[in-house]
Amino acid sequence: MSGKPGEHAEPNYWMVWLSLAVLTVVELLVAQVHGEGARAFVIFSLCALALVKAALVAAYFMHLKFEKYALILIVVSPLLLSGILYVGLVPDAITHIHWLAH
Amino acid sequence: MAHAATLNGVERYENQLTPGWGKLMMWVFLCSDAMSFAGLLAAYGAVRLGSSDWPVPATHLGVPLTALNTFILICSSGTMVKALSAIKHGDRKGWLGYLGATMLGGATFLGIQAYEWTHLIMEGMTIQSNPWGVNTLFGSTFYILTGFHGCHVLSGVIYLFCIFVRALQGAYSAENNSSVEIVGLYWHFVDLIWILVFTFVYLIA
Repeated sequence: MSGKPGEHAEPNYWMVWLSLAVLTVVELLVAQVHGEGARAFVIFSLCALALVKAALVAAYFMHLKFEKYALILIVVSPLLLSGILYVGLVPDAITHIHWLAH
Repeated sequence: MAHAATLNGVERYENQLTPGWGKLMMWVFLCSDAMSFAGLLAAYGAVRLGSSDWPVPATHLGVPLTALNTFILICSSGTMVKALSAIKHGDRKGWLGYLGATMLGGATFLGIQAYEWTHLIMEGMTIQSNPWGVNTLFGSTFYILTGFHGCHVLSGVIYLFCIFVRALQGAYSAENNSSVEIVGLYWHFVDLIWILVFTFVYLIA
């Protein structure tokens, strides 16, 4: 990074696109995995894959990786708040999860 | 920036902190929009975890067709970055072509989604009932999440069309293309949200 925002080598968009396509195929394959013991693993993997894909889109297609630090802070801080929203729902959700009890 | 001096502190502040007001405001809008989707997804998760009669989505929803739709939207995001790249290099032909392809991808996505919705409605799945005896919230959360996202795609296609018309009038160039970057941000965001919705609503069983 030269320190001048907006001036950077253009990322390899073809590779980003390919990664997104491949990760989508991986998701579809993981979703095919069945079995009692595998359920938590499948759900965790699918969530992780989706978040990785979303991060790829934000970082490269939306250029967030190459933006000024201030802008990255502006974008990331509300996401932390939404993280709190999800954590807040956990106690309520835990008491209702049926499949974990088995 | 010839007029910068007349704008006193505003322009100077922009240079220090922001990437340009238009772009900054689009990011701020997208953050608030992300919070809307976060709220909807959180509600969806809470409702689903608390339900004992939630169906496996793939038994009622057409996952292969929607996977194709996901692929189309990812491709349209790809053509959008190529469009911005083309205008930055002053390649007018490539710019218009990629922008047109992006619009076409968005319109195709909407068409397939309309087909899917029609199919489900004909089967009897509505926002408050379904013929399968499963939790009725399955239908309402599905329509609200995919519908809210679909409205974003529709808005995006109209937004892209406006940019396309302006482009035909020669409004953008290698030096003047911030509007293109801004519409691109919106379009990629719509793609990003769909990646999450597709996984949570269609794939997780």
